[in-house]
Amino acid sequence: MRTIRCLVFAALCLAARAGENNSFLLRNATVHPVSGPVIPNASVLVVDGKIAEIGPKIAPKGKIRIVEARGLHVYPGMIDSGSPVGLAEIASVRETVDTGEIGDFNPQLRALIAVNPSSEHIPVVRANGITSVLVTPGTTGGGRGSASGGLIAGQASLAHLDGWTWEEMEIRRSAAMQMTWPAIQMPRGRGGDLEALLQGLGVRRTTFAEARRNQQQQVQKIQDFFDAARRYQKAKAAGEAIQTDLRYEAMIPVLEGKQPLMITAVREREIREALEFAAREKLRIVLAGVRRPGKALEEIAKRNIPVVLGTTFATPLEEDDPYDDPFTLPARLHQAGVKFCFASFGVQFARNLPYQAAQAVPFGLPYDEALKSVTLNAAQVWGIDSEYGSIEKGKFADLIVTDGDPLEIRTQVKMMFIKGAPVDLESKHTRLYKRYMARP
Amino acid sequence: MRAAFFATVLLAPLAAQVTVIQNGTVHTVTRGTFKGSIVIRDGKIAEVGEKVMTPAGARVVDATGKHVIPGIIDAHTHIALDSINESSVSVSSMVNVAEMLNPESVSIYQALAGGVTVCNSMHGSANSIGGQNVVFKMRWGADARGLIFDKAKPSLKMALGENPKRQGSPQGLQIPGLQSPQNLRYPGTRLGVEDVIRDAFTRARAYQREWKDYEARKARGEKLLPPRRDLELEPLVEVLEGRRLIHAHCYRADEILMLIRVFDDFNIKGVTFQHVLEGYKVAKEIAERGHYASTFSDWWSYKVEAYDAIPYNAAIMHRKGVLVSLNSDDAGGAELMRRLNTEAAKVVKYGGLSEDEALAMITINPAKQLAIDPWVGSIETGKDADLVIYDKHPLSSYAKAEKVFIDGKQYFDRDEDMSRRPKFEAEKEGLHKKLLDQQKQAMPQNRRPS
Repeated sequence: MRTIRCLVFAALCLAARAGENNSFLLRNATVHPVSGPVIPNASVLVVDGKIAEIGPKIAPKGKIRIVEARGLHVYPGMIDSGSPVGLAEIASVRETVDTGEIGDFNPQLRALIAVNPSSEHIPVVRANGITSVLVTPGTTGGGRGSASGGLIAGQASLAHLDGWTWEEMEIRRSAAMQMTWPAIQMPRGRGGDLEALLQGLGVRRTTFAEARRNQQQQVQKIQDFFDAARRYQKAKAAGEAIQTDLRYEAMIPVLEGKQPLMITAVREREIREALEFAAREKLRIVLAGVRRPGKALEEIAKRNIPVVLGTTFATPLEEDDPYDDPFTLPARLHQAGVKFCFASFGVQFARNLPYQAAQAVPFGLPYDEALKSVTLNAAQVWGIDSEYGSIEKGKFADLIVTDGDPLEIRTQVKMMFIKGAPVDLESKHTRLYKRYMARP
Repeated sequence: MRAAFFATVLLAPLAAQVTVIQNGTVHTVTRGTFKGSIVIRDGKIAEVGEKVMTPAGARVVDATGKHVIPGIIDAHTHIALDSINESSVSVSSMVNVAEMLNPESVSIYQALAGGVTVCNSMHGSANSIGGQNVVFKMRWGADARGLIFDKAKPSLKMALGENPKRQGSPQGLQIPGLQSPQNLRYPGTRLGVEDVIRDAFTRARAYQREWKDYEARKARGEKLLPPRRDLELEPLVEVLEGRRLIHAHCYRADEILMLIRVFDDFNIKGVTFQHVLEGYKVAKEIAERGHYASTFSDWWSYKVEAYDAIPYNAAIMHRKGVLVSLNSDDAGGAELMRRLNTEAAKVVKYGGLSEDEALAMITINPAKQLAIDPWVGSIETGKDADLVIYDKHPLSSYAKAEKVFIDGKQYFDRDEDMSRRPKFEAEKEGLHKKLLDQQKQAMPQNRRPS
């Protein structure tokens, strides 16, 4: 039975590669729409990549392909709200890494155009039920306060984890502008920075006052950059003859509040400063990498700012924080009324996105919220919820079919559909597995 | 008289120290899983079964609806060490990380709260032959000596591949002015790594012979000076004589096979290959010699030698007859350590192993690799009462450790931890306030006339 199902699915995948099939009737499954209650023993009709109908009994019309899913569960495909998947292959080899461009302000950079559709990571990540990713150009966001890729890293792009080219993977080319709010910390520096070298060798320690001054200088740089972009915007709007500047051009949607500015801010001080800045500049922002919001949490809730949480798989930032601090953070955000979604903020462990959401459940986050945080909430935060994030009529059929709760590690993802087309769940890992299991 | 007095005082609480964990799902790992109870007496498991006698006056811990497993054992960490790598030499077998053990490291408590009771905290991987390791129990609150699990067999770290090569690579870590091609450290290739190891054990053999000759001649009544002690070679002689274990950091199949052959030549047995991410390619060779493997569940691609790593590694090696454990490699915080239970769930997902096989990889298997399985690693009568109570099945993403016992003593209780928090918070705020007040008072004196 299992083999037959696999074979059928493999045949479906081949058909999809030929570009002919994005319509099917999936039958006898438990459907988890996320946006509403679970529907047992239901069918999902997909026509031309979109969900046409969900219900207990749908009669097959015409020659539509039947996908038998008895005993299985259907969920919307999961969304990773921040990962450089496709931009980084082997972390330690710079030649394979395209995150963290040189320079403090690079709003003109677009993550999507460097996504390698042949990256071995793509099939590996999607095999665990993740259908799309906000591909981030910076390496920041991990929640440890470190930043690389400058202050404005570039435009993060929403991409499907399938496609022959990055154009075919595209959902939104410029889903968000990625920025880091400077933290009070050891001075940043690259190879030749004498100060960084001395710090690294422990020869010299930065005093708090110095670190604070460094941070304020960075903040001032941000202010200056926004002021300049604002002047550019005004001059352009006034029809003045100005030379096109790609950096300032890229800032216009941000300044107009059309494109969210995703600001990494880890601790209370940075969060407060980022919130004040956003209010002053009238920007639409999303906070990312929040770890220690303190009392700023109320402020985040009051201003209705969505948050992208990094992995729960972390130890507390401070030694005397409760041991479960990273595990309870999502529940605390939820209780405060903050909308949040999860990001892996990495490539290697992006496939563990569902498990990082699950980790918050025993520590107070309601299960339904955990599931939403990797599906519908993410779609809402990035403004694609009219098309993605749940199983609803009219939305694209980004679906996964599993043998259980996808947030449980032991659950297997049996099938995946992106825009209604079946997606191959094999990867470098399954290929090597089969090859070496068969070694005599 | 005085001694006798102390003896009675000490013995009285000991006699009363009986705890019964009642009516839980007991995962013994070696003797099956059943609904039952565990009697703990004098720090040991006195009885385990579906029905046990609860002695009068025993402390009863109700585990109804909960799951009990043996304390988790992590065969590869670097936690609670103030220093990890002595990287200036290719063979650093003379150093011992036990001397750097920091009992105040909060990672110990984090690991404990994640159900870990024993870990092997090791020297780093900068050298082909590294330093000596330390096995300790998470007896949070004890001093460094009190943490150490003294029954554990001593061991030595070794390392192959990119890490020991790094110091010898002109492309490696470059600090201008501090490192020049003149002071690169041999080896810089995998070829050199083998040579360093082979050379060290060859020297160790000669040193061993020197001492044997000396002992023999001394026994015959000859008067002679003993050989000069060599602190680098002594631990290697212990390895040759089976008195010290080896944990060998490795990645690629070729280097794993190389080391197996070196060990063949020196008749070294029972080695644990650490990381061993391409172990699945040479599982047959590892199993043939009875060596062990301690690996990650799903790490890959963080460096070139990890690019062929697959999450099926543990399952393949296990199926081909290798004794496998899963480890965290944590240093600093106990991030992965404290969720090894769900790391074990990954061998169920990737490769379809059974739940018992999965649990074995974080309990009895690492215990065997560290040669501490006579005392820990499973729930059996006579073993140390190192136990974890979870609220749900330990392989579930939703499980959390509620109580952790080591040597029968409860070292972690989630409820207690939670109830202590307001007090800690108040204490912390008080200290902050005091500090601020002091600064305020100090301010006027610092101010200079403008």
